[in-house]
Amino acid sequence: MDRAEVDTRIRSIIEPFNKKGVAITEDTTFAGDLEFDSLTVMDFVAEIEDEFDVIISMNQQAEIEKYGQLVDAVHDLVSS
Amino acid sequence: MSEGIMQADQPPELAGNTSDLFSKFDDTIKLRENLLASGVEDPFSLVMEKVLSPTRAICNGRDTILLGTYNYMGMTFDPDVIDAGQRALADFGSGTTGSRVLNGTYQGHRECEDALREFYGMEHAMVFSTGYQANLGIISTIAGKGDYVVLDIDSHASIWDGCAMGNAEIVPFKHNDIVAMEKRLKRIPEGAGKLVVLEGVYSMLGDVAPLAEMVKVAKDNGAMVLVDEAHSMGFIGENGRGVVEDAGVMDDVDFIIGTFSKSVGTVGGFCVSNHPKFEIMRLVCRPYVFTASLPPSVVATAAASIRKLMTAKDKREHLWKNSRRLHSGLTEMGFKLGTDEPQSAIVAVIMPDLEKGAAMWSALLTEGLYVNLARPPATPANMTLLRCSLCALHSDEEVETILGMFERAGKMVGII
Repeated sequence: MDRAEVDTRIRSIIEPFNKKGVAITEDTTFAGDLEFDSLTVMDFVAEIEDEFDVIISMNQQAEIEKYGQLVDAVHDLVSS
Repeated sequence: MSEGIMQADQPPELAGNTSDLFSKFDDTIKLRENLLASGVEDPFSLVMEKVLSPTRAICNGRDTILLGTYNYMGMTFDPDVIDAGQRALADFGSGTTGSRVLNGTYQGHRECEDALREFYGMEHAMVFSTGYQANLGIISTIAGKGDYVVLDIDSHASIWDGCAMGNAEIVPFKHNDIVAMEKRLKRIPEGAGKLVVLEGVYSMLGDVAPLAEMVKVAKDNGAMVLVDEAHSMGFIGENGRGVVEDAGVMDDVDFIIGTFSKSVGTVGGFCVSNHPKFEIMRLVCRPYVFTASLPPSVVATAAASIRKLMTAKDKREHLWKNSRRLHSGLTEMGFKLGTDEPQSAIVAVIMPDLEKGAAMWSALLTEGLYVNLARPPATPANMTLLRCSLCALHSDEEVETILGMFERAGKMVGII
């Protein structure tokens, strides 16, 4: 799976969580721009994990602040 | 979860350009100020001036029925327990002034561990200074770098802190969701160590985990299983061993964590296990090694209480009766509860919001009833809860009195 496809699939997952309709770029932050609280993060991560059949541990989540970092992390996980 | 803040917060007066490390708490300070401004009694600075029995105390000057303690089995004033503690205090002194691994293991600590091994029918028992430290120590020590801890998202703070203190990969799953747990276990890379952490009773809503299914799934996927039975010990299961016993999975669980600060009626924590190498924990588990051991009187009261809990069948039955009556009474009045049927000694009443919850808490206290006010972030899904925890020593009449208080307070605040 190439990065563009990972990006497309994450964009469709993020839609219902993006309550304010923020335009999503590589630099969009989850806590700041999207205002995700810890419960939202958990639901969102669970959906991504199920979609790509991967684990994104809390240790890895702590390193991911921006949308682009998430796409990179998932791309790495599905490629490895 | 509960903060005992005893004095009003002062605005910071800092000289020069010193950054105030306390500014990160401003939101919490504001929340608390707004709550107190609404005129309610401060839910987090209650003082019990006198304790009359396991179910009654003088709180802020009022004779109060206690419905928010973890004294499930009412052992705190048991004459045999008190007697054991007094003798140990006189014979062994007020404290050990040392670590369990140096000068802090007395005869009483050994006897307390013997009582636990008998209570659970397990080979090994290790007593910690608190239940918090038991979770902190065991989880952070056995799950190391490259291992995976798979845990319920609604786990207690001590479990999360044990995860944060260790170096393992932490993977939470949706509360009590067997499929979500299984999916995550199956995704763990081959060869990695796996620890599944579950609780018997989840203390916020008082609901029970489907341990029969969950423990089987964990074992089928090659994981070790740790179950925290803090809120079920002494009460749930034929011999009071907890939800693991009730679910028939005692032999499949690798570690049971528990506490003395609930049904046992004192303070302290423990882990019991049949793992053949378990004793090495005493040397490698830092929250066990680098703290002073429990005072002789505490381990003596714990041991006496644990031995009495083994055979406390009548008390267990009466506690179930109390839980069922309170649950059905509150349901009939129209309160929204955390579970559809009583699953433990905890009955959680869901409040519409923090303001109403605090008002209800305050109205109940005026009526002469103490319950726990629980609020985010300690609660799941940002709920505000009035948590009622019953005691085996609440009489049938007391439970009816409690229901009357709830009805009057609920109508006054406008919740029912």
